[in-house]
Amino acid sequence: MESKIKQNTSELRYLTPVELSLEDKGKYCRFKKMRIDYIDYKDPDFLIRFLNEQGKILPRRITGNSLKFQRKVAQAIKRARHLALLPYVTDLLK
Amino acid sequence: MIYETVFIINPVLSEDQAKEAVNSYVDFLKSKKAKIISEESWGLKKLAYHIQNKKTGFYFLVEFECNDSNMISDLELSFKRDEKIMRWLVVKLDKNAQKYANRRREKLAK
Repeated sequence: MESKIKQNTSELRYLTPVELSLEDKGKYCRFKKMRIDYIDYKDPDFLIRFLNEQGKILPRRITGNSLKFQRKVAQAIKRARHLALLPYVTDLLK
Repeated sequence: MIYETVFIINPVLSEDQAKEAVNSYVDFLKSKKAKIISEESWGLKKLAYHIQNKKTGFYFLVEFECNDSNMISDLELSFKRDEKIMRWLVVKLDKNAQKYANRRREKLAK
C-alpha cells in the first residue's frame, strides 16, 4: 500500500508543468569549431546563411554564433550590402 | 599596412574604358609609392539593388601595401570625385585577413 501511496504522491508533483528541455542539443559556434578566423565580406554565398528571407541579419540565439564572431559576421554583411553583393531588403532571398 | 579596395564602375562604359579607369587608379597608387599586391576583375556582375538606377556594374579588387596613411584619404577623395565609380570600399587587412587573402589568391591562381 505504502509504495502505491508514495507512487501517487510522486505523480502529484507532476501537476506543475514539467519544464521541457528540448533545446539541449547544444548550439555551438561554427567559427570556433572549424577554427575560421576571418569572415570575408566578398563572398555573399557564405554570408547568406546568416540572413533570413527578408535579408535581415539573424540573431545570435538562432545562428548560435559567439559574440565575437556574430559581430564580425554583422560587419561583413554590412560591407557586402554596401558593395551591392547582398540586398538591404528583399523577399524570398533563399 | 596592407589595404584592399573594391570598387564598382559604371556599366555604361565599355570594357576597355573600365580597364582604363582601373589603370589610372593603379598608376595613382604607384605614384604614391604603394606596392600593388594583386589586381582582380570580377567583370560585369548583377547588383543586388539598383545603384544610380543601374542593374549591373564592373567590379574590381585591388590589394596594395603602403605605409603613409594620408595617401588613403587622397585615394578616397579621388574615388569620391570620379563619377565613373558608382561605389567603392577601402578596407585595412589585419593579420587574419592577410592570411585569408593569401590563401584566396593561391586558390584562384590554381
